This record gives sequence, C-alpha cells and structure tokens, in this order.
Amino acid sequence: MRKKTRLLLGAGALLLIAAACAPNATQSSLDPQGPYARKSYDLFVPVFWVAVTIFVLVEGALLLIAIKYRHRKGRDKIPPQIHGNTRLEIAWTILPALILAGVAVPTVTTIFDLARKPAGEVMNVHVLGHQWWWEFDYPDQQIITANEMHIPTGIPIYVTLCSVGSGYQQGIGAPSDCQPGPPDGQPPAAVGNAVIHSFWVPELAGTQDVVPGRANTLLLQADHPGTYTGQCKEFCGLSHAYMKFTVVSQTPDDFAAWVRGQQADATAPTTGSLAATGMNEFVNGACIACHAIQGVEDPNGNPLVQNGGPNLTHFASRSCFAGCMMPTNEENLKKWLDDPPAVKAGSWMPDYGLTPQQIDALAAYLLTLT
Amino acid sequence: MASVSVRAGGGGGRGLLARPTATDGFWSWFTTVDHKKIGILYGITSFAFFIVGGSEALLIRLQLARPDQNILKPSVYNEIFTMHGITMVFLVVMPLSAAFINYLVPLMIGARDVAFPRLNAFSYWVFLAGGLFIYSSWFLGGAPNGGWFGYAPNSVVDPSRGMTFYAIGLIITGIASTVSAVNLAVTILNMRAPGMTLFRMPVFVWMSLVVQLLLAFSLPIITVGLVELLFDRRFGTHFFDPAAGGDPVLWQHLFWLFGHPEVYILVLPAMGIVSEILPVFSRKPLFGYQFVVFSGIAIGFIGFGVWAHHMFAVGLGPVANTAFGISTMIIGVPTGVKIFNWLGTMWKGDIRFTTPMLFAVGFVAMFVIGGLSGVTHAVVPADYQQTDTYYIVAHFHYVLFGGAIFGLFGGMYYWWPKVFGRMLNEKVGKLHFWMMLIGFNLTFGPMHILGLQGMPRRIQSYPASLGLDFWNLVSSIGAFTIALSVLIFIVNAVSSFRKPKGMEADPWDARTLEWSTSSPPPEYNFEEVPVVHSLDELWRRKYAETEGGRVVPVVAGGSGTQEHLVESPRHGGGHGIHLPGPSYFPVLASIGFPVLGYGIIFSWPLAVAGVVVLLTGLYGWALEPSAE
Repeated sequence: MRKKTRLLLGAGALLLIAAACAPNATQSSLDPQGPYARKSYDLFVPVFWVAVTIFVLVEGALLLIAIKYRHRKGRDKIPPQIHGNTRLEIAWTILPALILAGVAVPTVTTIFDLARKPAGEVMNVHVLGHQWWWEFDYPDQQIITANEMHIPTGIPIYVTLCSVGSGYQQGIGAPSDCQPGPPDGQPPAAVGNAVIHSFWVPELAGTQDVVPGRANTLLLQADHPGTYTGQCKEFCGLSHAYMKFTVVSQTPDDFAAWVRGQQADATAPTTGSLAATGMNEFVNGACIACHAIQGVEDPNGNPLVQNGGPNLTHFASRSCFAGCMMPTNEENLKKWLDDPPAVKAGSWMPDYGLTPQQIDALAAYLLTLT
Repeated sequence: MASVSVRAGGGGGRGLLARPTATDGFWSWFTTVDHKKIGILYGITSFAFFIVGGSEALLIRLQLARPDQNILKPSVYNEIFTMHGITMVFLVVMPLSAAFINYLVPLMIGARDVAFPRLNAFSYWVFLAGGLFIYSSWFLGGAPNGGWFGYAPNSVVDPSRGMTFYAIGLIITGIASTVSAVNLAVTILNMRAPGMTLFRMPVFVWMSLVVQLLLAFSLPIITVGLVELLFDRRFGTHFFDPAAGGDPVLWQHLFWLFGHPEVYILVLPAMGIVSEILPVFSRKPLFGYQFVVFSGIAIGFIGFGVWAHHMFAVGLGPVANTAFGISTMIIGVPTGVKIFNWLGTMWKGDIRFTTPMLFAVGFVAMFVIGGLSGVTHAVVPADYQQTDTYYIVAHFHYVLFGGAIFGLFGGMYYWWPKVFGRMLNEKVGKLHFWMMLIGFNLTFGPMHILGLQGMPRRIQSYPASLGLDFWNLVSSIGAFTIALSVLIFIVNAVSSFRKPKGMEADPWDARTLEWSTSSPPPEYNFEEVPVVHSLDELWRRKYAETEGGRVVPVVAGGSGTQEHLVESPRHGGGHGIHLPGPSYFPVLASIGFPVLGYGIIFSWPLAVAGVVVLLTGLYGWALEPSAE
C-alpha cells in the first residue's frame, strides 16, 4: 500500500518535472538565441542556483528545527529562555551581505555592458508602438513594415523605441527623438493614444519600455536564422494581450533579398481580376484615410500617405496581422474586414459596413501584396 | 438604543446632537469609539472585501485556465484584474492589518484606548466610505481598468469613468490611513503604561509604529499623484502628457515612491504577528529582539530608497538602474536577519504546532521563497526579462499572500479567543492551513515557470502556441483549492460562535499584556493600568528562573492556575474609569467624502452638499458635549 502510494507520488513528480522542462514553450527567456538575451540569462542562472542553495539551507534548517524541537507528550520542562547571541547576529548580517556583494559585481558590469552601443557595425530599426500593433521602420533601407520584423543574423540591431498615437508623428524620419509631432504634421500623425508599451522578444533581448516622449533604445541580435515571437509587456489598454509581433532572423543574403522586396512598389493586380476590383475599392473607399500602399495613387493622382494604420505595401508577405493576433490568410482577413472591433477589442479601425462583395474583393487584393 | 435628540445648549454643553450613550446593540457599532470594536469592524469589513477580491482572482484564473479562452472579454478582464489588485492591497491587507493594530496595540502597551478615539472611528468610516465608493463604480459606468498601478497616460486617456473613481477612491482611503497613522503613532509613543519603555514593547507594536510612520510619509506622495491624475482626467491638465510638456514617468516615480514602502506597510504587521506567535508556541523569548526591531526599522528606511526597481525597463539609464539594483539587494540583508532570528526563536524550543504556529511557520517558509525571488529581480539584467511577467506575479504573491495573508490568518487563530472569548476549532484550522499551503503553492509556484517561459502579466488570454497551458491549468486548480480552504475557515469562524463564551484570559500560556486581561477584554481593557517591569511582562509574572537556569512557574501548581495574575473585570466592574463616550460625528463626517467624490464626477451641487456634510460633521464633532 505504502509502496504503491510512493510509486504514484514518484511518477507524479516525474511527470511534473517532465512537463516543466518540456521544450514546448516558444517564447521563453530560458532559451536565449542571441548574445544580448544570453547576457541576462547567464546572470540569472548562477543567481538562481545561489538562491536555490540558500532556499535548501534555510528551509532545511526550518524543517530540522521544527522536527527536532517539536513538543513531545509528557514534557513539561520549560526550555531555557535564550534571548539571543550577538556573534550569530553579526554573522548572519555579514554573510548575506557578502553573498549579495558577490552578486552585485557582475550585475553592475552587465547593466553598463547592455547599455553601451557597440563600436562596430549595427543596424538601426525604429520600432513604433501603436495601440495595439507594432510598426518597424528601417531608416537606412527606407522600409516601413508592421507586425513582422526582419533582421540579419550576426550583427547587433540597435532599436529606437517610440510610442505613437494621436498628436505624434509616424514614419521613417520621425522617431529620432520620439517627440510629439509639429502641428503641420510632416510626416502624418498616428491614431489612437500614445501610451506606454514594452518591447519584448525574450529569446533575443530583455525588455525595454516604450514611453511617450522618450526615445529608448535596445540592442538585440540573433545567432541563427529563425522565427521568434514577442509581445507588448506593459499594460496598454483594451487589447494589450493582442499586441504581438514576430521577429524573423535571416542570413545576411536572405535579409538583403527581403530588403529589396520590401523596397519595391506594390505589384498591381491583373486587369479585370477580383483583386483589381479590390484595389479600386481600396483607393476609392475609406481605407486610404489611414493606410498607404507604395506605388498606388489616390483618385487625385497623389501617392497614398500612411496616416495611423499599418503600411500595407507588402501586407501579404507578413505571416500575421492585426498585432499578430491572427495568421495572414483569406478567412481571417475577411473576418477582420467585416468588423475589426468585434475581432479585436477597441480596434481603432472601425466597422465600415462593407458588403460581402467588397470584403471578397479587398481580401483578394490585399493577398496579392506580397 | 441610542436616542437622537437635538439639544439647543446647556446641560452638557453646546452641541449639535446629544452624545449617544449605548455601548452595546446594533446601533452602538455606528457610534462606538472603542478601539476593540473598531478593530472588529475593520476585521469584518476587510474580510468581506477579501471574499470579493478572492472571487475576482478566481475569475482571472478561470479565464486563464485554458489558452484562447474568452469567458471574460478584454474590457471586463481589465476591470477584474485592476479591482483584484486595488481590493487586495487597499481594502484587504491594509485594513486587516489595521484591525490587528487597532485591537491589539492599546492592549499590548497597557492603555485603555488610542490617543484620539473619535478620530479612530472616523478613520474606519472613511476607509469604508472609500471602499464602497470605489466598488460603486461597477454600477456607475465601469470599474477602474488601468491596473492598480494606474500608469499614465493609459489611465488618463481611458474613456470610461473607472480611473476617476480610482483616483478619488484612493484619495479617500488615503485620508483614512493618514489619520489613523497619526493617531496610532501618537498612541504608541504617548500612551504606554508605566514601565513600558520602547524596548519593552512587543515586536508587533514596534512593527505597527514603523508602519504608521511609513504611511504618514508615503501616502502624501501618492496623494499628489492621484490629485494630478484626477486633474488630468477631470479638468484637462497635462501633468502626464508629453505633448503638453508633461511626463508619464512622473506618475511612476510618485506611484512607486509610495508603492514600495506600501509593500512593507503590507508585510511588516504580519512580521510583527509572526514575531508574537513564534515565541509563545516555542515557549522561548524572541531570539535577538533588538535585532528584529532594528531590522524592521531598517527595512522601513531603506524601503524608501528602492522604488525605481519597479522601473528598471523604463529607461532611467544604467546609473539609476545600478543604484536601485544595489539598494534592493541591501534591503535583503535586514529581511534575512529577521528570518534567521525567527529560526533562532524556534531553535531549542518546545514547539507546539497549534494552528497559529503552523501559519507562522508557513509564513517564514513562504516568505523565504518570496525574498529569494526578490533578490533575483535586483539582478537588473535578469529583471529585464522578468519584469511584467508572471514571475513577478509569483514573487509578490509569495510575499503578500504567503507572507502577509498567512501571517494575518495566524494572527486570527491566535487572538480569536482573546477577541471573541471562544477558540477556533484546531482540527479544522489545521485542515485550513494545509489546504491553503498546498493550494497557494500550486497557484503561485508554477507562475515562476510561466513568467520565465514568456507569459506577460495582465493579458486576457494566451495562444496555445506559446506552450503555457499545463502550468496555467495547475495554477487555476490551485486557486480553487485556496478558495475551498477559505470556505473551511469561514465555517470554522461561524461555528466558533455556537460554543459558549468562557475563554480563560491566557489560553496559550502567552507572554504579552493583552493576555493578562479577560477574554474578551472589558471595555476599559484593564481594571488597573499595569506596571511593566520587562519585555514579555506577562511571562515574567508567571515564570522565574532558578539559580541553575531552570525556568519554573512562579505560582505553585504550574501554569494552569494563574487566575490571580489576571486583571479580572468581575471584581470592580470598572466603575469610575473614565472612557471616551460614543459619537455620531465620525460616521456623519465620513459620509461627506464619497458625496464630494460623486459630486466631482457627476454634479457640482452634489460636491457642495458633500462639503457641507463633512463640515457639519466636523463642526458638531468639535463642539460635542461630553457624555456626563
């Protein structure tokens, strides 16, 4: 009986450990994939084991004392009234202080290490936090994209983080200081509220808050090609849970190819196709009030200007949309176009009351924008 | 029953209302100025809020039990987690600690009441008014939804009224706490019985004093922030709006300059309780009394210098992050000193594992975990990953639940016989303890893993693809286990009242003065004001040390027959002891605050009415005739 219980308990414990260690967590800070994430991790692991050691010692002592000095039936002798011991007090003040001092040294060096912009080559990316999606602007490559960030492997990415919203500038040139835009708004203003977000791809770097009016910076880097997920970490309103993004790291060659693709104008749909109808709907409807597609002109012959919504030039090249709430596919896109706030609480893109025909055409067009 | 009659003057003096006289019965609870009754009111009210805040926690765990759920839509989820935090911090742990402090401090220092008894009643009623005011937001346009930390600008731009209720409601409860902080600090400093020097005070009294000073210095800071938030929301100022020259980070500094001392405001009373329980059931004095006291004071001081460790990811720069990382590590030292001294107290003792002792030992065991995970946050680059994840949620629940709540439950089991004259059932109590311990660890232990594996806080749902389902489910099961254990406690508490009252004064063979008077104590606490000769005064009256170092009972016949040591109320009946009379005005004046609050939100005439009620209450209070 006892044996069986023990066996069961043992099996249960093993199951728990297996579940804990199962490599199924896909956004884990315990699985660093680049030098900056690894610096945090390499500091955490030894401190964790120091903590575990202290935990075992203190809880062990507590348990031992509890068992050894428990009241036994029949004992009526009152224990000696010990009031304390100054030597012990000094010892257990100094010992933890020394351990902490040992922890403090690498902590401080790593803080300054992570804050230093590396001397060699870096790639600049401006990350703009909108309610509730991420915009990625590449000032040197003149690319604006959203939700999916591409980086080359092997070089540090120097990210400048800005929170944008109504009253703030948006676009490649804007976020050098993240200040609210001038009244004449060049480039145009974002929509929604500029609130605090926090940019986090645990496998590539620690967190950095995105604060209105401040240009915070962060370094991240990936060792190998791969896909990493991240999301907003600071509560930023209704759809905070759905403000996610994907980072795709590529070999420098693949990255260069991606850059060329993103720099190109959008492909025009074949005349007479459903997508062409969709493009017509797009240009003549409400879409262009917020969204831009590079290479497409409005009815007056002016280029489209991004004004709050994500730049859609290469929409279909991105694996996900709406703050990476959903994978990019026809079904999701149609659901979204039908009633965005019903899909994503608080979405600043309203329900335009599009007909099913309009939705079909728009979806068809958007999915050609690779 | 008290009669309400308007007196024009004469008799006992000029006043708005005759002074109420009833000291028992339903209505006496509204006019009482007895610190013990006010303590009980604090206790009942905060426990009621504990049930509400706990239910909110269960809703959170229900929503997060499985991935991709939508049981609570985002707008409701945000209200629920915000209210859970506000409730547990401001309406549960703070007032529940206040319940113990109110009830016990005068008894422990040998006083008959607090320094300002009517002000004490006022504190309670203002706290209740503030709590109900915040909760009324559910019916008046939506509850607060910007987190208990209310980060601007999100808390400013949110279109619902919730965060306005938050700002005004917390200003109101802040008034209650500030007033009570002054009152209790004065009480401890000025009303100690003869011989009760500062270093003969029980550690609980010391910790209470530190907490009152923390409150008095930290609450004004958040009040500034809350007033600015209210002005930004209601009157269009721009304190936190960078587009108009404001700064959102200003709010964070103001909030955490209060918010971190607040953590110690929440946990120091429980540390005081544990420091009372451990010696009694180990039958030994507290190990290193002075060191425990000084480390409590040190924690209070250093607690004001660590606030930016909540802001490591804000971008304050490497120098600020270094300074606050190191100050945070430093605060670990006095905390460690306390833990070692508690172990020292139990060492070589004769430990009786009663329910209060189990909770006290549980506190130590769980607090160690919370303290150690706290040190890993002080390692700033590691915190860049941990901040705003469930790892943090795990950490502070080990401090505030495994710490504060365990300590407070221990205190309830320990002082229940003193307060109500009846024991809680020990067997049921032990079941409660073990179930709560297991449930607690199931709930919050896995959150360490979840946080490190990439689960941010305050998210309404998470996709299955993140691989976080298993531990979330375990955590939710744990939460419902805790709920069940609380239910067991409620059954225990209610059924204790079916037993006859008849508790002896000192059922635990305790060490401090509150056990020298009857259970429950008479209204006047002590027939004669006790004269104190040492730390652990009651123990000294009961036991002496022989030449050989053996501890023996003073009274022949052992520890069971110390009847004459107890100040029994039956002999004199307390005649001739002057006690402050009950009063209508604290409750009347307190009603003014929520009325003023609703007025600021809805209509200016209502605000004027609120001010009139408040001033009338204070005027009547000032001119109140004495009871005779």
